[in-house]
Amino acid sequence: MSIILDHVNYIYGLDTPLAVKALDDVCLQIPDGQFIGIIGHTGSGKSTLVQHLNGLMKATSGSIYFNGADIYDEGYNMKELRSKVGLVFQYPEHQLFEIDVFSDVCFGPKNLGLDKKETELRAFDALKKVGLPDELFYQSPFELSGGQKRRVAIAGVLAMKPEVLILDEPTAGLDPKGRDEILHQIKKLQTETGMTIILVSHSMEDVAEYVDRIIVMNKGRVMFDDVPREVFRHYRELEDVGLAAPQVTYILHELQSRGLHVDVNATTIEEAVETITGALAEAGTVRYR
Amino acid sequence: MLRDITLGQYYQTESVIHRLDPRVKLAGTLLFIISLFFFRNFIGYLVAALFLAIVIKLSHVPFRFMVRGMKAIVFLLLITVAFNLFLTPGEALISFWKLTITKEGLEMALTMAVRLTLLIIGSSVMTLTTTPNNLTDGMEKGMRPLKVFHVPVHEVAMMMSIALRFIPILLEETDKIMKAQIARGADFESGNLIHRAKALIPLLVPLFISAFRRANDLAMAMEARCYRGGEGRTKMKPLVYQRRDGLAYLCILFYLVTGIGLGRLAL
Repeated sequence: MSIILDHVNYIYGLDTPLAVKALDDVCLQIPDGQFIGIIGHTGSGKSTLVQHLNGLMKATSGSIYFNGADIYDEGYNMKELRSKVGLVFQYPEHQLFEIDVFSDVCFGPKNLGLDKKETELRAFDALKKVGLPDELFYQSPFELSGGQKRRVAIAGVLAMKPEVLILDEPTAGLDPKGRDEILHQIKKLQTETGMTIILVSHSMEDVAEYVDRIIVMNKGRVMFDDVPREVFRHYRELEDVGLAAPQVTYILHELQSRGLHVDVNATTIEEAVETITGALAEAGTVRYR
Repeated sequence: MLRDITLGQYYQTESVIHRLDPRVKLAGTLLFIISLFFFRNFIGYLVAALFLAIVIKLSHVPFRFMVRGMKAIVFLLLITVAFNLFLTPGEALISFWKLTITKEGLEMALTMAVRLTLLIIGSSVMTLTTTPNNLTDGMEKGMRPLKVFHVPVHEVAMMMSIALRFIPILLEETDKIMKAQIARGADFESGNLIHRAKALIPLLVPLFISAFRRANDLAMAMEARCYRGGEGRTKMKPLVYQRRDGLAYLCILFYLVTGIGLGRLAL
Protein backbone atom coordinates (compact mmCIF):
# COMPACT_ATOMS: atom_id res chain seq x y z
CA MET A 1 0.00 0.00 0.00
CA SER A 2 1.92 3.00 -1.22
CA ILE A 3 2.30 5.61 -3.92
CA ILE A 4 5.21 5.38 -6.33
CA LEU A 5 6.15 8.06 -8.85
CA ASP A 6 8.39 6.86 -11.63
CA HIS A 7 10.19 9.52 -13.69
CA VAL A 8 7.19 11.84 -13.79
CA ASN A 9 7.39 14.91 -16.03
CA TYR A 10 4.77 17.58 -16.50
CA ILE A 11 4.89 20.46 -18.96
CA TYR A 12 2.42 23.35 -18.80
CA GLY A 13 1.31 24.79 -22.14
CA LEU A 14 2.92 22.06 -24.21
CA ASP A 15 3.48 23.20 -27.82
CA THR A 16 3.06 26.87 -27.03
CA PRO A 17 5.75 29.54 -26.67
CA LEU A 18 4.86 29.67 -22.99
CA ALA A 19 5.72 26.04 -22.25
CA VAL A 20 7.02 25.58 -18.72
CA LYS A 21 8.44 22.41 -17.24
CA ALA A 22 6.60 22.16 -13.95
CA LEU A 23 7.79 18.69 -12.98
CA ASP A 24 11.17 17.43 -14.05
CA ASP A 25 11.90 13.72 -13.67
CA VAL A 26 10.30 13.26 -10.27
CA CYS A 27 10.81 9.88 -8.65
CA LEU A 28 9.30 9.33 -5.21
CA GLN A 29 8.09 6.57 -3.00
CA ILE A 30 5.46 7.32 -0.40
CA PRO A 31 4.91 4.42 2.00
CA ASP A 32 1.93 4.05 4.33
CA GLY A 33 1.56 5.99 7.52
CA GLN A 34 4.26 8.56 6.90
CA PHE A 35 3.86 12.24 7.71
CA ILE A 36 5.56 14.02 4.83
CA GLY A 37 6.23 17.69 4.25
CA ILE A 38 6.64 18.97 0.70
CA ILE A 39 8.45 22.28 0.74
CA GLY A 40 9.25 24.61 -2.08
CA HIS A 41 9.25 28.20 -3.17
CA THR A 42 6.29 29.61 -5.12
CA GLY A 43 6.31 27.99 -8.56
CA SER A 44 8.57 25.11 -7.55
CA GLY A 45 5.98 22.57 -8.68
CA LYS A 46 4.72 21.38 -5.31
CA SER A 47 1.04 22.01 -6.02
CA THR A 48 1.42 20.45 -9.47
CA LEU A 49 3.03 17.42 -7.87
CA VAL A 50 0.23 16.77 -5.40
CA GLN A 51 -2.45 17.16 -8.08
CA HIS A 52 -0.80 14.26 -9.88
CA LEU A 53 -1.16 12.03 -6.86
CA ASN A 54 -4.95 11.79 -7.16
CA GLY A 55 -5.06 11.92 -10.94
CA LEU A 56 -6.38 15.47 -11.32
CA MET A 57 -3.44 16.23 -13.58
CA LYS A 58 -1.99 13.77 -16.01
CA ALA A 59 1.77 13.52 -16.32
CA THR A 60 3.26 14.38 -19.72
CA SER A 61 5.44 11.31 -19.29
CA GLY A 62 6.23 8.83 -16.56
CA SER A 63 4.00 6.62 -14.42
CA ILE A 64 2.32 6.75 -11.06
CA TYR A 65 1.42 3.61 -9.12
CA PHE A 66 -1.10 3.53 -6.32
CA ASN A 67 -1.07 0.33 -4.31
CA GLY A 68 0.72 -1.39 -7.15
CA ALA A 69 -1.67 -0.39 -9.95
CA ASP A 70 -0.74 2.08 -12.68
CA ILE A 71 -3.25 4.92 -12.43
CA TYR A 72 -2.85 5.76 -16.11
CA ASP A 73 -4.00 2.29 -17.17
CA GLU A 74 -7.09 2.25 -19.29
CA GLY A 75 -10.14 1.59 -17.19
CA TYR A 76 -8.44 2.53 -13.95
CA ASN A 77 -11.07 3.70 -11.50
CA MET A 78 -10.12 7.36 -10.97
CA LYS A 79 -13.12 7.97 -8.77
CA GLU A 80 -11.96 5.33 -6.37
CA LEU A 81 -8.43 6.73 -6.42
CA ARG A 82 -9.79 10.16 -5.52
CA SER A 83 -11.68 8.72 -2.58
CA LYS A 84 -8.52 6.97 -1.36
CA VAL A 85 -6.22 9.94 -1.92
CA GLY A 86 -7.96 12.97 -0.42
CA LEU A 87 -6.71 16.34 -1.57
CA VAL A 88 -7.45 19.54 0.32
CA PHE A 89 -6.70 22.48 -1.94
CA GLN A 90 -5.24 25.85 -1.06
CA TYR A 91 -7.92 28.08 0.47
CA PRO A 92 -10.33 25.12 0.56
CA GLU A 93 -13.01 27.31 2.14
CA HIS A 94 -13.65 28.73 -1.34
CA GLN A 95 -15.19 25.45 -2.42
CA LEU A 96 -17.99 25.46 0.20
CA PHE A 97 -21.44 25.74 -1.32
CA GLU A 98 -24.15 24.07 0.77
CA ILE A 99 -26.72 25.75 2.96
CA ASP A 100 -25.25 24.36 6.14
CA VAL A 101 -21.95 22.98 7.36
CA PHE A 102 -23.21 19.46 7.82
CA SER A 103 -24.63 19.06 4.31
CA ASP A 104 -21.44 20.44 2.83
CA VAL A 105 -19.37 17.79 4.58
CA CYS A 106 -21.87 15.18 3.36
CA PHE A 107 -21.11 16.09 -0.28
CA GLY A 108 -18.01 13.89 -0.51
CA PRO A 109 -19.38 10.66 0.99
CA LYS A 110 -22.65 11.16 -0.92
CA ASN A 111 -20.68 11.21 -4.16
CA LEU A 112 -19.18 7.88 -3.17
CA GLY A 113 -22.70 6.45 -3.37
CA LEU A 114 -23.01 5.68 0.34
CA ASP A 115 -26.44 5.49 1.97
CA LYS A 116 -27.83 8.34 4.03
CA LYS A 117 -26.98 6.83 7.40
CA GLU A 118 -23.36 6.06 6.55
CA THR A 119 -22.94 9.47 4.92
CA GLU A 120 -24.18 11.29 7.98
CA LEU A 121 -22.13 9.15 10.33
CA ARG A 122 -19.00 9.92 8.37
CA ALA A 123 -19.76 13.64 8.18
CA PHE A 124 -20.37 13.78 11.91
CA ASP A 125 -17.18 11.86 12.58
CA ALA A 126 -15.12 14.08 10.28
CA LEU A 127 -16.43 17.28 11.85
CA LYS A 128 -15.54 15.89 15.28
CA LYS A 129 -12.06 15.02 14.07
CA VAL A 130 -11.31 18.56 12.92
CA GLY A 131 -12.57 19.88 16.24
CA LEU A 132 -15.46 22.01 15.08
CA PRO A 133 -17.87 22.89 17.93
CA ASP A 134 -21.25 21.10 17.71
CA GLU A 135 -23.32 24.28 17.73
CA LEU A 136 -21.89 25.28 14.35
CA PHE A 137 -22.95 22.11 12.52
CA TYR A 138 -26.19 23.55 11.18
CA GLN A 139 -25.00 27.08 10.49
CA SER A 140 -24.35 28.42 7.03
CA PRO A 141 -20.69 27.79 6.17
CA PHE A 142 -20.43 31.37 4.97
CA GLU A 143 -21.08 32.76 8.44
CA LEU A 144 -18.08 31.04 10.02
CA SER A 145 -14.65 32.53 10.64
CA GLY A 146 -11.77 31.83 8.26
CA GLY A 147 -10.24 29.14 10.45
CA GLN A 148 -13.59 27.45 11.03
CA LYS A 149 -14.41 27.44 7.32
CA ARG A 150 -11.10 25.77 6.65
CA ARG A 151 -11.84 23.06 9.21
CA VAL A 152 -15.17 22.42 7.53
CA ALA A 153 -13.45 22.11 4.16
CA ILE A 154 -10.87 19.70 5.55
CA ALA A 155 -13.68 17.69 7.15
CA GLY A 156 -15.32 17.57 3.72
CA VAL A 157 -12.36 15.59 2.42
CA LEU A 158 -11.86 13.56 5.61
CA ALA A 159 -15.46 12.34 5.43
CA MET A 160 -14.47 10.33 2.36
CA LYS A 161 -12.16 8.34 4.65
CA PRO A 162 -9.05 8.62 2.49
CA GLU A 163 -5.99 6.47 3.10
CA VAL A 164 -3.78 9.35 2.10
CA LEU A 165 -4.57 12.94 3.02
CA ILE A 166 -2.86 15.72 1.10
CA LEU A 167 -3.11 19.28 2.35
CA ASP A 168 -1.94 22.08 0.07
CA GLU A 169 -0.87 25.04 2.21
CA PRO A 170 -3.49 24.38 4.90
CA THR A 171 -2.31 27.33 6.98
CA ALA A 172 -2.15 30.02 4.26
CA GLY A 173 -3.84 33.21 5.36
CA LEU A 174 -4.46 32.09 8.94
CA ASP A 175 -3.21 33.92 12.01
CA PRO A 176 -0.49 32.21 14.11
CA LYS A 177 -3.05 30.82 16.56
CA GLY A 178 -5.23 29.41 13.79
CA ARG A 179 -2.16 27.97 12.11
CA ASP A 180 -0.96 26.16 15.25
CA GLU A 181 -4.44 24.81 15.90
CA ILE A 182 -4.81 23.39 12.40
CA LEU A 183 -1.34 21.84 12.43
CA HIS A 184 -1.88 20.29 15.86
CA GLN A 185 -5.18 18.89 14.71
CA ILE A 186 -3.52 17.36 11.65
CA LYS A 187 -0.76 15.82 13.74
CA LYS A 188 -3.33 14.42 16.15
CA LEU A 189 -5.25 12.99 13.24
CA GLN A 190 -2.14 11.30 11.96
CA THR A 191 -1.19 9.70 15.27
CA GLU A 192 -4.76 8.59 15.95
CA THR A 193 -5.63 7.12 12.56
CA GLY A 194 -2.18 6.31 11.21
CA MET A 195 -3.10 7.63 7.77
CA THR A 196 -0.47 8.94 5.39
CA ILE A 197 -0.41 12.72 5.45
CA ILE A 198 1.32 14.97 2.95
CA LEU A 199 1.61 18.57 3.97
CA VAL A 200 2.53 21.10 1.31
CA SER A 201 4.02 24.32 2.58
CA HIS A 202 6.59 26.98 1.86
CA SER A 203 7.45 27.43 5.48
CA MET A 204 10.04 25.15 7.09
CA GLU A 205 8.95 26.38 10.49
CA ASP A 206 5.49 24.94 9.89
CA VAL A 207 6.54 21.47 8.98
CA ALA A 208 9.80 20.93 10.90
CA GLU A 209 7.97 20.27 14.13
CA TYR A 210 5.51 17.75 12.76
CA VAL A 211 6.77 15.71 9.83
CA ASP A 212 8.89 12.53 9.57
CA ARG A 213 10.26 13.36 6.17
CA ILE A 214 10.79 16.46 4.07
CA ILE A 215 10.76 16.64 0.28
CA VAL A 216 12.25 19.88 -1.00
CA MET A 217 11.14 20.90 -4.48
CA ASN A 218 13.01 23.37 -6.64
CA LYS A 219 12.16 24.25 -10.23
CA GLY A 220 10.16 21.07 -10.67
CA ARG A 221 12.90 18.82 -9.35
CA VAL A 222 13.23 16.97 -6.08
CA MET A 223 16.16 18.71 -4.43
CA PHE A 224 16.27 16.92 -1.08
CA ASP A 225 14.27 14.01 0.26
CA ASP A 226 15.19 13.02 3.79
CA VAL A 227 14.36 13.29 7.48
CA PRO A 228 14.17 16.92 8.67
CA ARG A 229 17.50 17.04 10.47
CA GLU A 230 19.35 15.79 7.40
CA VAL A 231 17.59 18.28 5.13
CA PHE A 232 18.33 21.21 7.45
CA ARG A 233 22.01 20.29 7.39
CA HIS A 234 21.94 21.84 3.89
CA TYR A 235 20.58 25.13 5.18
CA ARG A 236 22.93 27.16 2.99
CA GLU A 237 21.67 25.49 -0.19
CA LEU A 238 18.10 25.94 1.00
CA GLU A 239 18.75 29.67 1.29
CA ASP A 240 20.02 29.71 -2.27
CA VAL A 241 16.64 28.53 -3.54
CA GLY A 242 14.70 31.02 -1.47
CA LEU A 243 13.88 28.77 1.46
CA ALA A 244 15.12 28.92 5.00
CA ALA A 245 15.81 26.39 7.70
CA PRO A 246 13.96 26.87 11.00
CA GLN A 247 15.29 29.64 13.21
CA VAL A 248 16.70 27.14 15.72
CA THR A 249 19.08 25.83 13.05
CA TYR A 250 20.57 29.30 12.62
CA ILE A 251 20.84 29.93 16.34
CA LEU A 252 22.54 26.58 16.95
CA HIS A 253 25.01 27.11 14.13
CA GLU A 254 25.82 30.57 15.44
CA LEU A 255 26.32 29.21 18.94
CA GLN A 256 28.56 26.48 17.63
CA SER A 257 30.69 28.93 15.67
CA ARG A 258 31.14 30.87 18.91
CA GLY A 259 32.48 27.81 20.66
CA LEU A 260 29.52 26.20 22.39
CA HIS A 261 29.25 22.46 21.82
CA VAL A 262 25.63 22.17 20.78
CA ASP A 263 24.02 19.59 18.51
CA VAL A 264 23.30 21.66 15.40
CA ASN A 265 20.92 19.06 14.05
CA ALA A 266 18.14 19.76 16.54
CA THR A 267 15.04 20.68 14.58
CA THR A 268 12.44 21.69 17.14
CA ILE A 269 12.55 24.30 19.86
CA GLU A 270 12.33 21.63 22.57
CA GLU A 271 15.35 19.79 21.20
CA ALA A 272 17.25 23.02 20.87
CA VAL A 273 16.57 23.98 24.48
CA GLU A 274 17.77 20.59 25.58
CA THR A 275 21.04 20.68 23.65
CA ILE A 276 21.79 24.28 24.63
CA THR A 277 21.22 23.74 28.33
CA GLY A 278 23.20 20.52 28.09
CA ALA A 279 26.11 22.28 26.43
CA LEU A 280 26.01 25.14 28.91
CA ALA A 281 26.01 22.75 31.86
CA GLU A 282 28.90 20.88 30.33
CA ALA A 283 30.87 24.04 29.74
CA GLY A 284 30.10 25.08 33.31
CA THR A 285 29.84 28.71 32.31
CA VAL A 286 26.32 29.15 33.53
CA ARG A 287 24.55 27.02 36.02
CA TYR A 288 21.15 26.14 34.67
CA ARG A 289 18.63 26.63 37.46
CA MET B 1 -8.89 22.29 -19.11
CA LEU B 2 -10.33 25.73 -19.76
CA ARG B 3 -7.04 27.37 -20.47
CA ASP B 4 -6.89 26.15 -24.04
CA ILE B 5 -9.24 28.85 -25.29
CA THR B 6 -7.18 31.32 -27.28
CA LEU B 7 -10.03 33.38 -28.72
CA GLY B 8 -9.63 36.94 -27.50
CA GLN B 9 -6.25 36.23 -25.95
CA TYR B 10 -3.19 38.45 -26.13
CA TYR B 11 0.01 37.04 -27.61
CA GLN B 12 3.07 38.72 -26.23
CA THR B 13 5.79 39.47 -28.74
CA GLU B 14 7.47 42.39 -30.45
CA SER B 15 6.18 43.57 -33.83
CA VAL B 16 5.03 46.58 -35.84
CA ILE B 17 1.44 45.54 -35.44
CA HIS B 18 1.81 45.29 -31.68
CA ARG B 19 3.20 48.82 -31.55
CA LEU B 20 0.41 50.39 -33.59
CA ASP B 21 -2.03 52.70 -31.88
CA PRO B 22 -5.04 50.64 -30.74
CA ARG B 23 -7.35 53.11 -32.50
CA VAL B 24 -5.76 52.19 -35.82
CA LYS B 25 -6.27 48.51 -35.12
CA LEU B 26 -9.86 49.01 -34.00
CA ALA B 27 -10.76 51.09 -37.03
CA GLY B 28 -8.82 48.76 -39.31
CA THR B 29 -10.54 45.66 -38.00
CA LEU B 30 -13.95 47.27 -38.28
CA LEU B 31 -13.30 48.42 -41.85
CA PHE B 32 -11.86 45.03 -42.76
CA ILE B 33 -14.98 43.27 -41.48
CA ILE B 34 -17.29 45.68 -43.28
CA SER B 35 -15.31 45.29 -46.50
CA LEU B 36 -15.94 41.53 -46.42
CA PHE B 37 -19.63 42.18 -46.99
CA PHE B 38 -19.05 44.32 -50.06
CA PHE B 39 -17.40 41.76 -52.29
CA ARG B 40 -19.33 40.28 -55.17
CA ASN B 41 -16.64 37.95 -56.56
CA PHE B 42 -13.79 35.83 -55.31
CA ILE B 43 -11.07 38.36 -56.22
CA GLY B 44 -12.22 40.53 -53.34
CA TYR B 45 -11.79 37.67 -50.89
CA LEU B 46 -8.41 36.92 -52.39
CA VAL B 47 -7.28 40.51 -51.79
CA ALA B 48 -8.66 40.37 -48.26
CA ALA B 49 -6.87 37.08 -47.57
CA LEU B 50 -3.64 38.50 -48.95
CA PHE B 51 -3.96 41.64 -46.86
CA LEU B 52 -4.66 39.54 -43.77
CA ALA B 53 -1.72 37.24 -44.51
CA ILE B 54 0.64 40.22 -44.70
CA VAL B 55 -0.68 41.60 -41.42
CA ILE B 56 -0.31 38.20 -39.74
CA LYS B 57 3.22 37.88 -41.09
CA LEU B 58 4.06 41.32 -39.73
CA SER B 59 2.50 40.56 -36.34
CA HIS B 60 4.96 37.72 -35.58
CA VAL B 61 2.12 35.67 -34.09
CA PRO B 62 2.51 32.07 -35.25
CA PHE B 63 -0.36 31.09 -37.53
CA ARG B 64 -0.62 27.79 -35.67
CA PHE B 65 -1.47 29.66 -32.49
CA MET B 66 -4.21 31.57 -34.27
CA VAL B 67 -5.77 28.47 -35.77
CA ARG B 68 -5.89 26.80 -32.38
CA GLY B 69 -8.28 29.51 -31.22
CA MET B 70 -10.44 28.79 -34.24
CA LYS B 71 -11.20 25.25 -33.12
CA ALA B 72 -13.84 26.52 -30.72
CA ILE B 73 -15.94 28.01 -33.50
CA VAL B 74 -15.52 25.30 -36.12
CA PHE B 75 -18.84 23.88 -34.97
CA LEU B 76 -20.62 27.17 -35.55
CA LEU B 77 -19.00 27.46 -38.94
CA LEU B 78 -20.16 23.97 -39.91
CA ILE B 79 -23.76 24.69 -38.94
CA THR B 80 -23.78 27.89 -41.00
CA VAL B 81 -22.35 26.09 -43.99
CA ALA B 82 -24.82 23.23 -43.66
CA PHE B 83 -27.82 25.55 -43.45
CA ASN B 84 -26.74 27.53 -46.47
CA LEU B 85 -25.87 24.42 -48.41
CA PHE B 86 -29.21 22.67 -47.98
CA LEU B 87 -31.72 25.44 -47.54
CA THR B 88 -30.97 27.81 -50.40
CA PRO B 89 -33.53 27.47 -53.19
CA GLY B 90 -32.29 27.37 -56.77
CA GLU B 91 -30.96 25.10 -59.49
CA ALA B 92 -30.53 21.62 -58.02
CA LEU B 93 -27.12 19.93 -58.35
CA ILE B 94 -27.40 16.83 -56.19
CA SER B 95 -30.39 15.60 -54.26
CA PHE B 96 -30.74 12.64 -51.97
CA TRP B 97 -33.42 11.72 -49.44
CA LYS B 98 -35.08 15.04 -48.50
CA LEU B 99 -31.96 17.13 -48.96
CA THR B 100 -31.04 19.08 -52.07
CA ILE B 101 -27.82 20.88 -52.78
CA THR B 102 -28.32 23.75 -55.18
CA LYS B 103 -25.79 25.70 -57.20
CA GLU B 104 -26.75 28.89 -55.39
CA GLY B 105 -26.56 27.09 -52.07
CA LEU B 106 -23.08 25.82 -52.79
CA GLU B 107 -21.92 29.30 -53.75
CA MET B 108 -23.56 30.81 -50.70
CA ALA B 109 -22.08 28.21 -48.34
CA LEU B 110 -18.58 28.72 -49.72
CA THR B 111 -18.84 32.49 -49.51
CA MET B 112 -20.16 32.24 -45.97
CA ALA B 113 -17.35 29.92 -44.87
CA VAL B 114 -14.66 32.14 -46.37
CA ARG B 115 -16.26 35.29 -45.03
CA LEU B 116 -16.63 33.93 -41.49
CA THR B 117 -13.12 32.51 -41.42
CA LEU B 118 -11.61 35.81 -42.57
CA LEU B 119 -13.79 37.70 -40.14
CA ILE B 120 -12.77 35.61 -37.17
CA ILE B 121 -9.07 35.50 -38.00
CA GLY B 122 -9.15 39.21 -38.76
CA SER B 123 -10.63 40.14 -35.43
CA SER B 124 -8.43 37.71 -33.54
CA VAL B 125 -5.38 39.43 -35.03
CA MET B 126 -6.52 42.54 -33.24
CA THR B 127 -6.98 40.89 -29.86
CA LEU B 128 -3.79 38.87 -30.23
CA THR B 129 -1.70 41.97 -30.83
CA THR B 130 -3.39 44.42 -28.46
CA THR B 131 -3.41 44.17 -24.68
CA PRO B 132 -6.91 44.47 -23.21
CA ASN B 133 -5.87 47.69 -21.50
CA ASN B 134 -4.70 49.21 -24.72
CA LEU B 135 -7.85 48.10 -26.45
CA THR B 136 -10.16 49.81 -23.98
CA ASP B 137 -7.94 52.89 -24.01
CA GLY B 138 -8.35 53.01 -27.75
CA MET B 139 -12.09 52.56 -27.46
CA GLU B 140 -12.36 55.25 -24.86
CA LYS B 141 -10.50 57.74 -26.97
CA GLY B 142 -12.11 56.67 -30.20
CA MET B 143 -15.61 57.00 -28.76
CA ARG B 144 -14.95 60.36 -27.15
CA PRO B 145 -17.13 62.25 -29.63
CA LEU B 146 -20.12 60.33 -28.23
CA LYS B 147 -19.77 62.35 -25.03
CA VAL B 148 -21.75 65.06 -26.73
CA PHE B 149 -24.75 62.71 -26.54
CA HIS B 150 -24.07 62.09 -22.82
CA VAL B 151 -22.72 58.58 -23.36
CA PRO B 152 -20.57 57.71 -20.29
CA VAL B 153 -17.61 56.74 -22.45
CA HIS B 154 -15.06 56.49 -19.67
CA GLU B 155 -17.31 54.39 -17.46
CA VAL B 156 -18.14 52.02 -20.30
CA ALA B 157 -14.45 51.64 -21.11
CA MET B 158 -13.60 51.05 -17.45
CA MET B 159 -16.29 48.39 -17.14
CA MET B 160 -14.97 46.70 -20.25
CA SER B 161 -11.40 46.64 -19.04
CA ILE B 162 -12.48 45.26 -15.68
CA ALA B 163 -14.58 42.60 -17.39
CA LEU B 164 -11.69 41.63 -19.65
CA ARG B 165 -9.28 41.63 -16.73
CA PHE B 166 -11.51 39.24 -14.83
CA ILE B 167 -11.93 36.64 -17.56
CA PRO B 168 -8.63 34.82 -16.93
CA ILE B 169 -9.06 35.15 -13.16
CA LEU B 170 -12.52 33.64 -13.23
CA LEU B 171 -11.40 30.92 -15.62
CA GLU B 172 -8.62 30.00 -13.26
CA GLU B 173 -11.02 30.09 -10.33
CA THR B 174 -13.47 27.83 -12.19
CA ASP B 175 -10.68 25.40 -12.94
CA LYS B 176 -9.63 25.37 -9.31
CA ILE B 177 -13.11 24.91 -7.85
CA MET B 178 -13.86 22.23 -10.43
CA LYS B 179 -10.75 20.34 -9.41
CA ALA B 180 -11.54 20.76 -5.73
CA GLN B 181 -15.03 19.33 -6.25
CA ILE B 182 -13.73 16.51 -8.45
CA ALA B 183 -11.35 15.69 -5.61
CA ARG B 184 -14.46 15.37 -3.43
CA GLY B 185 -15.96 12.93 -5.88
CA ALA B 186 -18.09 15.34 -7.93
CA ASP B 187 -18.85 14.19 -11.47
CA PHE B 188 -19.36 16.86 -14.13
CA GLU B 189 -19.23 14.63 -17.15
CA SER B 190 -21.76 11.82 -16.93
CA GLY B 191 -25.51 11.51 -16.48
CA ASN B 192 -28.45 13.07 -18.27
CA LEU B 193 -29.07 16.79 -18.76
CA ILE B 194 -30.89 17.36 -15.47
CA HIS B 195 -28.25 15.40 -13.59
CA ARG B 196 -25.48 17.45 -15.17
CA ALA B 197 -27.21 20.74 -14.52
CA LYS B 198 -27.57 19.74 -10.88
CA ALA B 199 -23.90 18.77 -10.77
CA LEU B 200 -23.02 22.37 -11.63
CA ILE B 201 -24.39 23.73 -8.35
CA PRO B 202 -21.22 22.89 -6.38
CA LEU B 203 -19.28 24.76 -9.06
CA LEU B 204 -21.51 27.77 -9.62
CA VAL B 205 -22.27 28.69 -6.03
CA PRO B 206 -18.60 29.05 -4.99
CA LEU B 207 -17.84 30.76 -8.30
CA PHE B 208 -20.52 33.42 -7.79
CA ILE B 209 -19.46 33.94 -4.22
CA SER B 210 -15.88 34.42 -5.28
CA ALA B 211 -16.88 36.79 -8.09
CA PHE B 212 -18.83 38.92 -5.64
CA ARG B 213 -15.97 38.83 -3.18
CA ARG B 214 -13.52 39.95 -5.84
CA ALA B 215 -15.85 42.68 -7.06
CA ASN B 216 -16.21 43.92 -3.51
CA ASP B 217 -12.45 43.92 -2.97
CA LEU B 218 -11.87 45.76 -6.21
CA ALA B 219 -14.49 48.38 -5.42
CA MET B 220 -12.86 48.88 -2.04
CA ALA B 221 -9.40 49.22 -3.60
CA MET B 222 -10.68 51.73 -6.16
CA GLU B 223 -12.47 53.68 -3.45
CA ALA B 224 -9.28 53.74 -1.38
CA ARG B 225 -7.45 55.29 -4.31
CA CYS B 226 -10.10 57.98 -4.64
CA TYR B 227 -11.50 56.77 -7.95
CA ARG B 228 -14.42 59.03 -8.89
CA GLY B 229 -15.14 58.19 -12.52
CA GLY B 230 -13.91 59.89 -15.65
CA GLU B 231 -14.48 63.50 -14.60
CA GLY B 232 -11.20 65.38 -14.78
CA ARG B 233 -9.18 62.18 -15.00
CA THR B 234 -5.93 62.24 -16.98
CA LYS B 235 -3.90 59.37 -18.39
CA MET B 236 -0.36 58.42 -17.48
CA LYS B 237 0.28 57.26 -21.02
CA PRO B 238 -2.06 59.19 -23.31
CA LEU B 239 -2.52 57.79 -26.80
CA VAL B 240 -0.77 59.90 -29.42
CA TYR B 241 -0.70 59.07 -33.12
CA GLN B 242 2.79 58.34 -34.50
CA ARG B 243 4.02 58.41 -38.06
CA ARG B 244 3.57 54.65 -38.40
CA ASP B 245 -0.10 55.01 -37.46
CA GLY B 246 -0.62 57.41 -40.35
CA LEU B 247 1.10 54.94 -42.64
CA ALA B 248 -1.09 52.16 -41.35
CA TYR B 249 -4.22 54.18 -42.09
CA LEU B 250 -2.91 54.67 -45.62
CA CYS B 251 -2.36 50.93 -46.00
CA ILE B 252 -5.90 50.24 -44.82
CA LEU B 253 -7.24 52.81 -47.26
CA PHE B 254 -5.22 51.25 -50.07
CA TYR B 255 -6.63 47.84 -49.18
CA LEU B 256 -10.18 49.15 -49.13
CA VAL B 257 -9.85 50.82 -52.50
CA THR B 258 -8.24 47.86 -54.27
CA GLY B 259 -10.28 45.24 -52.44
CA ILE B 260 -13.67 46.79 -52.96
CA GLY B 261 -12.73 48.10 -56.40
CA LEU B 262 -11.75 44.64 -57.63
CA GLY B 263 -14.29 42.81 -55.50
CA ARG B 264 -17.25 44.57 -57.02
CA LEU B 265 -16.29 44.00 -60.62
CA ALA B 266 -18.93 41.94 -62.35
CA LEU B 267 -17.29 38.80 -63.70
